[in-house]
Amino acid sequence: MKVLLGIGGSDESQRALDETVARAAETDDELTIAIFEKPGVERDPDEIEATARERLDEAGVDATIRHLEGDPGSKLVQIAEADGYDQLVIGGGEVSPMGKIQLGSITEFVLLNAQVTVKLVR
Amino acid sequence: MSDRIYPDEPASGFPEPPVEFEDREGRAIEVRAYEDGDEEALVEMYDEFDPADRAQGIPPSTEDRIRDWLELIVDEGHNVIAWHDDAVAGHATLVPDGAEAYELAIFVTQEYQRAGIGGRLIRALLGYGASQDVEHVWLTVERWNRAAVALYEDVGFERSGTESFELEMSLRLD
Repeated sequence: MKVLLGIGGSDESQRALDETVARAAETDDELTIAIFEKPGVERDPDEIEATARERLDEAGVDATIRHLEGDPGSKLVQIAEADGYDQLVIGGGEVSPMGKIQLGSITEFVLLNAQVTVKLVR
Repeated sequence: MSDRIYPDEPASGFPEPPVEFEDREGRAIEVRAYEDGDEEALVEMYDEFDPADRAQGIPPSTEDRIRDWLELIVDEGHNVIAWHDDAVAGHATLVPDGAEAYELAIFVTQEYQRAGIGGRLIRALLGYGASQDVEHVWLTVERWNRAAVALYEDVGFERSGTESFELEMSLRLD
């Protein structure tokens, strides 16, 4: 399966990275990791890429890494559709201090617009 | 989350618990601040909570998870409970967010919904919060939950931050 993983350096992205790389190691998914900048996230794209490469090396998984410019939600959907991906994977929401799941604007755009299957990782 | 916007005008005049009233079904309800020993009653309330009334993943759906979740809320938060005799009709909480503000949530048990309890409960919670020096309060609510949004606006919450599936609202206490 051809999988596009979008990550932005938040905790939810970290979980999505861990899960998706672990799964790719088992399934031989063809994985592309798209790194985007998210407002309010301190880690810069280079740090996010370094973390992703570390995780890929540990798992022995090969993946293409690319960096997105512009609006992350629309970019992810555009790439997933234009390049024929089977699945678009993103984080499954932040958790508030009292435990409420909160889906942000990137997730909302992806869910409402993508014509490919979307996976949210909890 | 220190960039959250709060209303310029503080909201005030909320009653401090205990607050007694009769609900629209004629039941005698008393809202009291949480006391040691109330936790089991809360566990029971949430264990029987209708899954269809969960919001944004809370309350959790198994007793173990409910206990973990309540431990944080009871240990760290300010809590009030609406009692009908020995039964919990509702629970409302203010949980510190680590940035000098508090996140609010309120739950009313199914058989006590649509009886005017939510409005009394949230006012008593805000009165209790003000007495505990809480100043900044925020919440998120699924934006299609109009009844909840109306309740929050009624006590002075204003929309803040960006909107997605959830609406964020905030309030400043006197």
